[in-house]
Amino acid sequence: MTDIRGNAASVTFEHVVKIYPGVSSPAVNDVSFSIEAGKLVTLLGPSGCGKTTTLRMIAGLEMPSSGRVLIGGADVTRLPATERDVSMVFQSYALFPHMTVMENVGYGLKFSGHGKSEAAARARAGLELVGLSGFEERLPSELSGGQQQRVAVARALVLEPQVLLFDEPLSNLDAKLRRQVREEIRDIQTKLGLTVVYVTHDQEEALAVSDRIIVMNKAVIAQDGSPRELYDAPASAFVADFIGEANILSCNVVSVADGRAKVSIGPVTITTPARGHAGGPAKLAVRPNRIMISPAGAKNSLPATVRKATYVGSHMEYMVDTPSGAIFVVSPEVDTVHASGQSIGLQFPAGGPVLVD
Amino acid sequence: MHPTVGLWLAVGWIGYAVLPWYGVDGNFFSFFWLGEGYPLNEDVAPALFLVAQGLKLWLSPLVILLLLPLLAWGRHKSDPFFGKLLIVVGAAGLAWVLFQGFGIGLRGWRFDWLTALFGELDDRQFGMGYGALLTACAFLFLFTLGLAARGAVGGDVFVVGSIGFVVAIVALFVFMPILQMLANALLTPDGVYSLSAFLGKFASAKLWSLDCLAGGSRCGVAWNSLFLAVVVGIATTLLGLAFALVATRTGFRFRRVLRALTVLPIITPAFVIGLAVILLFGLSGAFNQIAANAFGIQPTRWVYGLPGLLIAQTLAFTPVAFLVLIGVVEGVSPSMEEAAQTLRAGRWQTFVTVTLPLMRPGLANAFLLGFIESMADFGNPLVLGGNFDVLSTEIFFAIVGAQNDPALAAILAIVLLFFTLAAFYAQRSWLGRRSYTTMSGKGDSGVHARLPAALQYMLYGVVGLWVALTVIVYATIVYASFVTLWGVDQSLTLRHYHQAFDVAWNEFGVHWRGSAWGSFWTTIIIALVSAPLTAAVGLLTAYLLARQNFAGKNAFEFGTMLSFAIPGTVIGVSYVIAFNVPPIELTGTGIILVLSFIFRNMPVGVRAGIASMSQIDRSLDESSLTLGASSWQTFRRIILPLLRPAIVAALVYSFVRAMTAISAIIFLVSGRYDMATSYIVGRVENNEYGVAIAYSTVLIVVMLAVIGLMQLIVGSRRIGRRASGAPGGQTAIAGAG
Repeated sequence: MTDIRGNAASVTFEHVVKIYPGVSSPAVNDVSFSIEAGKLVTLLGPSGCGKTTTLRMIAGLEMPSSGRVLIGGADVTRLPATERDVSMVFQSYALFPHMTVMENVGYGLKFSGHGKSEAAARARAGLELVGLSGFEERLPSELSGGQQQRVAVARALVLEPQVLLFDEPLSNLDAKLRRQVREEIRDIQTKLGLTVVYVTHDQEEALAVSDRIIVMNKAVIAQDGSPRELYDAPASAFVADFIGEANILSCNVVSVADGRAKVSIGPVTITTPARGHAGGPAKLAVRPNRIMISPAGAKNSLPATVRKATYVGSHMEYMVDTPSGAIFVVSPEVDTVHASGQSIGLQFPAGGPVLVD
Repeated sequence: MHPTVGLWLAVGWIGYAVLPWYGVDGNFFSFFWLGEGYPLNEDVAPALFLVAQGLKLWLSPLVILLLLPLLAWGRHKSDPFFGKLLIVVGAAGLAWVLFQGFGIGLRGWRFDWLTALFGELDDRQFGMGYGALLTACAFLFLFTLGLAARGAVGGDVFVVGSIGFVVAIVALFVFMPILQMLANALLTPDGVYSLSAFLGKFASAKLWSLDCLAGGSRCGVAWNSLFLAVVVGIATTLLGLAFALVATRTGFRFRRVLRALTVLPIITPAFVIGLAVILLFGLSGAFNQIAANAFGIQPTRWVYGLPGLLIAQTLAFTPVAFLVLIGVVEGVSPSMEEAAQTLRAGRWQTFVTVTLPLMRPGLANAFLLGFIESMADFGNPLVLGGNFDVLSTEIFFAIVGAQNDPALAAILAIVLLFFTLAAFYAQRSWLGRRSYTTMSGKGDSGVHARLPAALQYMLYGVVGLWVALTVIVYATIVYASFVTLWGVDQSLTLRHYHQAFDVAWNEFGVHWRGSAWGSFWTTIIIALVSAPLTAAVGLLTAYLLARQNFAGKNAFEFGTMLSFAIPGTVIGVSYVIAFNVPPIELTGTGIILVLSFIFRNMPVGVRAGIASMSQIDRSLDESSLTLGASSWQTFRRIILPLLRPAIVAALVYSFVRAMTAISAIIFLVSGRYDMATSYIVGRVENNEYGVAIAYSTVLIVVMLAVIGLMQLIVGSRRIGRRASGAPGGQTAIAGAG
């Protein structure tokens, strides 16, 4: 039985710029990053941020206007898609409707110098890997959405590419299937040790599958780090708000010592890592579930008035008004409900608030 | 050595050293020249042998150019020298082939400075042959290969080569003839270029007189053509709209019949309608006879001229407008109309304020088509124009008549071309930049608004009248083909069919004794040859336009669509002028007919290809590319199979057009290659109406059979080859997502 193996290679972008003809602002502006072999890295960002263009430049479907693209250390900047050892799973799956599942999966093997019987064996191994043995003679139109997705994955995998690309692969699946398929993709990736670059605009999906996330915004990289780093220590208000929800509060850095800043938010004073901030006005990101509700007037608490309280089953959601602006708070306490109009205090436990740009 | 360079170099050397450089007499495809003293005889010698014998020394620089690519030996494609070398060699080679082709005319060097440079030439230019063709191809593709190696269009050899190929053939067979024609308009009979002679002919009263407005008998030919085309354009657009509305927006039960009826005039040579109009309304026509017998009205020749032309052209071209408009009427999103209705607009208001404006592009297109068809129509004015002269027939008589004045023909053709291009331009600017797209690609579950009742009955009336007239016209054609002599001797006979299509058996097998067989088989063969070529060129161009981005794409698109706005008559004249003399001598061959069909009908293939390619999700091509297939393999294995319906449509269309066209080919036919339509027109001119009508009937029946056969093939189409009956397999191809 033929085995499908990983053939992972690194991907490096050096100062890559992409400007589409007739468009004044670049789609990707001076982007540099390096992806280690065997890792699953997600490109995350709102629509129009340049993440898909970046992915297509790795595939060779778009050519950078300037800068260099390296795969496995070799310069592939000017190499067209056909000549790159990269496969891609498309958002629409792009299964050829006039070919059977078997023909679809074997399509790429035809052009890479495999003998007929070897190609067939490989295609079969690929289908087995995604759990679709026995579907060889079906047409794509006779498969469910999830099955079509797996055929698309198998078709890309059997070529044993240096890099496997996913362009929003789950967006056409329903919510339950999405979780299952994303686990399967992650399993295959770890099992074969593949280099995978994954594009999505769904932050939860990104947090769940990635070794590393590159957040993009307005054609540049906003932040690059592990899921935990991005969630716990977002570099900017944009990242804080895009990955999970965050309240962005205006604050004042009173003093900085030993890399820790003393920060005042109205009457409240907290200490948090300074992250390069000096004294003066700054912005603070606080996750809604990292805020504690205390009785009004409690020590070191921000006075607040409940504007709206919503019961959503597993927790309570509050919209409260404070002198520093409206704040969104999530509280696991579903038994004691603070009614609208009630005065409360907000406390910020250590490790919650983060200074951002 | 790069394999593709090797291939084209080999082709270039075969053209230069193996095949005869100049065109050989007789059929392009015959190989009798092998026995004519090849390779040393001057007439059939390859270029290399000519040069070696000290003849045609201007062909010698090509040897060096064909050797130079060897310098790229062992170099990789990404080496800058590789690309630059091929660009230089390709460009220089092409330039030299063109120079030696056009630099020498029938009387030696064509330009004085060349005579001064090289001395008098005691030889004349001959038409180019296989050798020149292959060598030119080799230089062209070496050039595009170089461009691709330098990174043009993503470094894609197939795409750059295809662009180069399409640009070359469009330049050679659309632009070059038109330019030659323009130059010819300035030529006096003595072979001197003269602006005053041009202006004299151009400003003549025959063209521009406005006498008829001032009570005179005649207006200028140009005004006649313009007036007729505008009226026909408006009439066919309105009628087509009426049809489209009845077919889509009413509960009319016989919509299928309606659709079938509108196919008929498309497969009928346009002038056959003109013949039927004569049979019905002419001096001895049925209606006149009835009127004379019943009311004692003296039959007149009223139908010859403007009235007859209006009737015939409207009947002939309304289906074209219908086919354009039905897509547009169906394409207006029902939710737009429903939105209008929920905003308190009544049926009439909805129709006038929403439905009709959204159809604007369709209306403009339909008018443009009707206008151009009428301008270019040759057959109808010839058979029933009477004293009402129009440009297309005047062009014809300027060339074939006693005048034999190609310059005058060129001037008239320029006027005709000016009108159609102006209409083309006016249509573009009228539509402007506004978007009329209403279909978003998302499911649209609404229902089209019903038409106002008054409008609906009016439409029924109009359409009913038209259907009745069409049925009468076709019944007349079929019936008249069996009548001995229409209006004189109404007895039934098979004589005309015998005369045209008699078949006998003799010792050699079947003997095609009928007088029409020659042109009939020629027509079938020419149509069968040109249909696949037209489809291929059209779809390749469509692929480049729909799927590739490259510098100058807009100019490329304009160039390929231009022949759409060029009337057939103009193509005919320009081909006669351009290809009657070296370096490309094609008049009198079948090739010139095939070429004229390819470039006449190509825009339709392009349009059909673009339309169906926009239904195929781009991610299908991209996924094929990322799976390691080259763009050629992607084109062949993914796009072509999914384009099957468009291919069939393009094939049928070009076949039908090749069978029914008259305006271009009337200039291009020869004794050896006569076409059915020109043969029929010839019979009409000889007053042999019976044979003409019998032949027309046979043509219509043949075309019906072809269309039916194609329908059968298309009807059984399914995505995937297995008869598993996958539901919804016929819908738009969106990557099976």
